[in-house]
Amino acid sequence: MNQVSFERVDNDILLIRFAGRWQLSGGAASSGAIEREMQAFPSLARVAFDARDLGDWDSSILTVLARVSDLCRQRHVALDPDGLPAGIHRLLDLAEAVPERVGARKAVRKAPVLERIGTGAIGVADSVTAMLDFLGHMTVTFVRLFGMKARYRASDLWLLIQQCGAQALPIVTLVTFLVGVILAFVGAVQLKQFGAQIYVANLVGIAMTREMGAMMTAILMAGRTGAAFAAQLGTMKVTQEIDALTTAGFSPMEFLVLPRVIALVLMMPLLCLYADFMGIAGGAAIGVGTLHLSWTTYVQQTADAVTLTDTAGGVFKSSVYGVLVALAGCLRGLQSGNSSAAVGDAATSAVVTGIVAIIVACGIFSVVFYVLGI
Amino acid sequence: MSGLDPVGNSAKAYITVRDLTMAYGSFVIMRDMAFTINQGDVFIIMGGSGSGKSTLLRHLIGLNQPARGEIFYGNQDFTRADAIQREQILRGTGVLFQSGALWSPMTLAENIGLLLEEYTDLSPAEIREVAALKLALVGLKGFEDYYPSQISGGMQKRAGLARAMALDPGILFFDEPSSGLDPISARLLDELILDLRDSLGTTVVVVTHDLASIFTIGTNSIFLDADRKTISAQGPPKELLAHTQDPQLRSFLTRGGMEHS
Repeated sequence: MNQVSFERVDNDILLIRFAGRWQLSGGAASSGAIEREMQAFPSLARVAFDARDLGDWDSSILTVLARVSDLCRQRHVALDPDGLPAGIHRLLDLAEAVPERVGARKAVRKAPVLERIGTGAIGVADSVTAMLDFLGHMTVTFVRLFGMKARYRASDLWLLIQQCGAQALPIVTLVTFLVGVILAFVGAVQLKQFGAQIYVANLVGIAMTREMGAMMTAILMAGRTGAAFAAQLGTMKVTQEIDALTTAGFSPMEFLVLPRVIALVLMMPLLCLYADFMGIAGGAAIGVGTLHLSWTTYVQQTADAVTLTDTAGGVFKSSVYGVLVALAGCLRGLQSGNSSAAVGDAATSAVVTGIVAIIVACGIFSVVFYVLGI
Repeated sequence: MSGLDPVGNSAKAYITVRDLTMAYGSFVIMRDMAFTINQGDVFIIMGGSGSGKSTLLRHLIGLNQPARGEIFYGNQDFTRADAIQREQILRGTGVLFQSGALWSPMTLAENIGLLLEEYTDLSPAEIREVAALKLALVGLKGFEDYYPSQISGGMQKRAGLARAMALDPGILFFDEPSSGLDPISARLLDELILDLRDSLGTTVVVVTHDLASIFTIGTNSIFLDADRKTISAQGPPKELLAHTQDPQLRSFLTRGGMEHS
């Protein structure tokens, strides 16, 4: 164990004796005792050391000595390091070789409330400006696309279509089938009371085609593909690949963002139709399995209930959600900072932005469809 | 095909920087910078860590906008150029980024081919041949179909150089070319830079603090002084070493050696 003892010599010298093992693993060494001893010695003019009984040592003793050295400087007391082992002596010199830079220490300051509100407001304004800037660029890029002037690699587009389309099928299958099952159960419990189990087919069919098919797919794609877009673009920013594109004369908007938006806009309606089908299949499984309806009855009832307008409305919404998810992912990716933590934040933010945009759009669609009587 | 032809009135100036101030928001990094990069120069931008060397490079290639001042390529004002002029100027430049910055979803041949596809009328077979040649020039013969993640850091850097040279640019920019390379690879890269300059007449701009490189290849240089926030010296590095009175620069060029003697 670390030990320290004191001896006063000639009424103005404090001799500090270190003994035993001074190691970080042996418990914390505190400079408190030394500090108290120095304070209780008003005529102190010099501090000396005796380390003859000192065993193994490491940074533990250095921390204490650095503190002692600071105290000596504050009190204008001479420090005589001769009694210390040469290694400690050298390390202490090293720690004090470069004086603390003025202003290097971070001032801990709590900003007043008004300042924080102001900073927050400016931050919001900046991020809205950045978003509008991005949307403006995107519009210009789409104009160039229709003028056949946009430059991107067709092979990138095909790869993205594969990633956003076929590769998303398993998760879409699982989730939307279960959503159909859940809707059917919720409906069954209520409708059974009136002996109207058959209307489970209407409930599931209309809910899936009008809302849930498009929305569940969109939320899945926000978590799956939107996050992936943000992470890809964020990493490309960290590795300077986006800088390299810019200096080679390619616009990142055309080369990276455009194919991603196109891929999702093309694939979302297909995924949505598939999701509608899987949801209805989930409902049918419950209808047939637990409500004792026949397959034919269920299918017939669904066909009567669901109109082309319902389905088309859902499919249309899904392609809008596709644009939102792709733009949210790409926007956050391109805004990412230059570190691994920033890329993680960008992916998180892409999912949050995507889902918020989907829900807001869904609300707007509900109102518009209601007013139009669709 | 050899980039743009700077037919300025000043004797073969490739890039002229006037009164340049660089800033991030209101935080000024360097101010009142003025220098000329002549055709055929191996121009070194040197300075301590954090002095703004790489930021200056980003200004020269248009990734950052100056807070004040102008950058001329020949007699074209790069800072105020419209999109078409900018693209034309940039087509005459090649950049090797610090980490190589190869486009990771593409093979090495595709990385080089993308530029050729975009800016030349070559057929796919010809593009592949040119790409193979560029890779051979940097010692990566046979690596056409490798992805960047499948090769070592030093090789990525060389492949990045092959891509920077794809369009036979008039000027090549290097951001810390020797960082992350072993001493032998670093020396080979220096030799490659000199070869390119001598055989293709390429003007070279290198951001570095590697003293061995600075003295071996530099024909002209500027020194960025982080404390004074401006260029404190310019001239051929060897002359600077022989004549400078500036203690900061002396210390930099001698690895701090003069401070202790």
